[in-house]
Amino acid sequence: MNRTLTHLDKLEDQSIFIIREAYSQFRDVAMLWSIGKDSTCLLWLMRKAFFGNLPFPVLHIDTSYKFKEIYQFRDMYAKEWNLNLIVARNEDALAGGLGPDKGKFRCCNELKTIALKQAIAKQKFKALYLGIRRDEHGIRAKERVFSPRDEDFEWDYKNQPPELWDQYKTKAAEEEHLRIHPLLGWREIDVWEYVKRENIPVTSLYFASKGRRFRSIGCESCCGPVDSEADTIDRIIDELRTTKVSERSGRAQDKESDYMMQKLRSLGYM
Amino acid sequence: MDALSFVIVGHVDHGKSTLIGRLLYETDSLPPDKIEEIDKASGGLGRETEFAYLLDHLEEERKQGITIDTTQVFFKTDRRRYVIIDAPGHVEFVRNMITGASQAEAAVLIVDAAEGVKEQTKRHSYMLSLLGLRQVVVALNKMDLVEYSEQRFAALCDEVREWLASIGIQPEYYLPISAIRGENITARSDKMPWYSGPTFLASLDTLKNKVPVENRALLFPVQDVYKIDDKRINVGRVEAGLLEVGAEVMLLPTHQKTRVKSIEKFLASPTQAIASECVGITTEDSVFLDRGNIVCLPGREPRLTDTLNASVFWMSRTPGLKGEKLTFRCATQEIFCKIEMIGRKIDSSTLKLLAEDADDIQNLEVAEVTIKTKKPVAITDFNDVQEMGRFVLVRNENTCAGGIITLSK
Repeated sequence: MNRTLTHLDKLEDQSIFIIREAYSQFRDVAMLWSIGKDSTCLLWLMRKAFFGNLPFPVLHIDTSYKFKEIYQFRDMYAKEWNLNLIVARNEDALAGGLGPDKGKFRCCNELKTIALKQAIAKQKFKALYLGIRRDEHGIRAKERVFSPRDEDFEWDYKNQPPELWDQYKTKAAEEEHLRIHPLLGWREIDVWEYVKRENIPVTSLYFASKGRRFRSIGCESCCGPVDSEADTIDRIIDELRTTKVSERSGRAQDKESDYMMQKLRSLGYM
Repeated sequence: MDALSFVIVGHVDHGKSTLIGRLLYETDSLPPDKIEEIDKASGGLGRETEFAYLLDHLEEERKQGITIDTTQVFFKTDRRRYVIIDAPGHVEFVRNMITGASQAEAAVLIVDAAEGVKEQTKRHSYMLSLLGLRQVVVALNKMDLVEYSEQRFAALCDEVREWLASIGIQPEYYLPISAIRGENITARSDKMPWYSGPTFLASLDTLKNKVPVENRALLFPVQDVYKIDDKRINVGRVEAGLLEVGAEVMLLPTHQKTRVKSIEKFLASPTQAIASECVGITTEDSVFLDRGNIVCLPGREPRLTDTLNASVFWMSRTPGLKGEKLTFRCATQEIFCKIEMIGRKIDSSTLKLLAEDADDIQNLEVAEVTIKTKKPVAITDFNDVQEMGRFVLVRNENTCAGGIITLSK
């Protein structure tokens, strides 16, 4: 038998294995869908893992400051893929006028982390699937595949559990929830090659228009485009093979201060 | 060519993170904003640019100048892609080192040329040998501190060779390098004309990917059972051998026989699945499988036993006690167990024999143990199929030990 698995086959299998491991432990889970390329790719893998029907909700943490393309894409595919979509917003903070002009750290923390906390408190999820990758940011490179959070959502990064041979953490009573990271070992270019192979839809924001495109998307207020002529998936893949610009160079929360990402993450940020 | 994952291990401060930083820098793998960010962060702490900053991202790591947790980064050469796993060198973080090493196909053992073999040099290399990682490159770093001396290099090689031979590791290469100065990393060093071997990067390009062992019988541990429409789909990963539609299979632990009716993937109907593929199966007879059951071939089934011998390495500050109730996890099997006997127990750094018959096993100790499981489990010898020849022990939902199974013939 000469058939061998390609690089993308192996990544897909490993992710599906992780997705199913987590679901075998927890039936009360949800997946965080930011509508970006990574979590949309994760959603695609979820549909494969569960033969087309997700047996749990998909959670969108909505700051209300997202691009309009994100909302359109979300509503279209939530319907097409028959998703149980839950939109979570920190309504109190939004009613009080919170926005990026009140400070980026506070805005990210309240509209994302606190909104997530509210959703988990309400829905009682024991675990959350997230599409983060190690190569996005040095802090995320330190993550485990199954990563516990305590009642304050704190990430105890100095005392992470051992993770040997695909034997992942089980949830202890004192742990609030586990974060499950099926895409941790994927690189940005792997995601795009997979999007191409599988024909996965992604929002138009990623494709160049007037010489600029978004490498990483989130809130309209805090995302800057990069200079690019890549207006097709093939051109994006070519661009990534040669670019020297890092993926999150347009993301404000990575830059604010040296350790802002670590502080945000230790407080429960994604 | 497939990506190769390798772990860099060695004693604290012997230069693991610096070597990786240098490698990324010299292979042009760093975006300008990363270099700028590092310059800024190093400057903020009143230091010169340090390559270690690329990996030591936690505030504590940068301020103390040590690596706390394992990190994975990617880079590529003209020949192939790499995943580098950086592992902390401090004794406090050995379990993070083991986490890193358990995911690697090869290892680089780094030794400070001025300091020589130290406690974690020994412990880390011993853990590599225990984990079955036999493809090792030895990098003798900080040659600049010993005036690039050939004599010093030869003496160090002897010292390291003697230690590694005692734990059954025969390295592929011994390389004299200086990570901080960039000597023999990607280009040959003119400071060490006496050295004729490969550069660090050239040595990496010769390492081989781990390939699934051929000619092994089917092992398909069931991960979960999904009811999709009116079908019961048993999902799992092929850990060894070939899964084929129509094949007669045996189910453990019940020893029932049936045939594979279909292999299920979303929007596909494959007739075969090979090792490391994640698929679902349906069976011809209505048998009720559950997580932890093993689908295998009749006549070629793994050992089913409730008593097994293993080498166990302890990774928790709370010692393991003889007779203590723990959870045994091997592939998708999970069951209560007891350590019935703790035999030869050694210090993982000095290999000093601590006891022949002990009542407990402490953090960082390795022991030969006999484990009794509450019900029989399906296992193989580690050297036969690694995926089912290794296990973890869990206490209070935390992994406290790893183990390697030795089957008596």
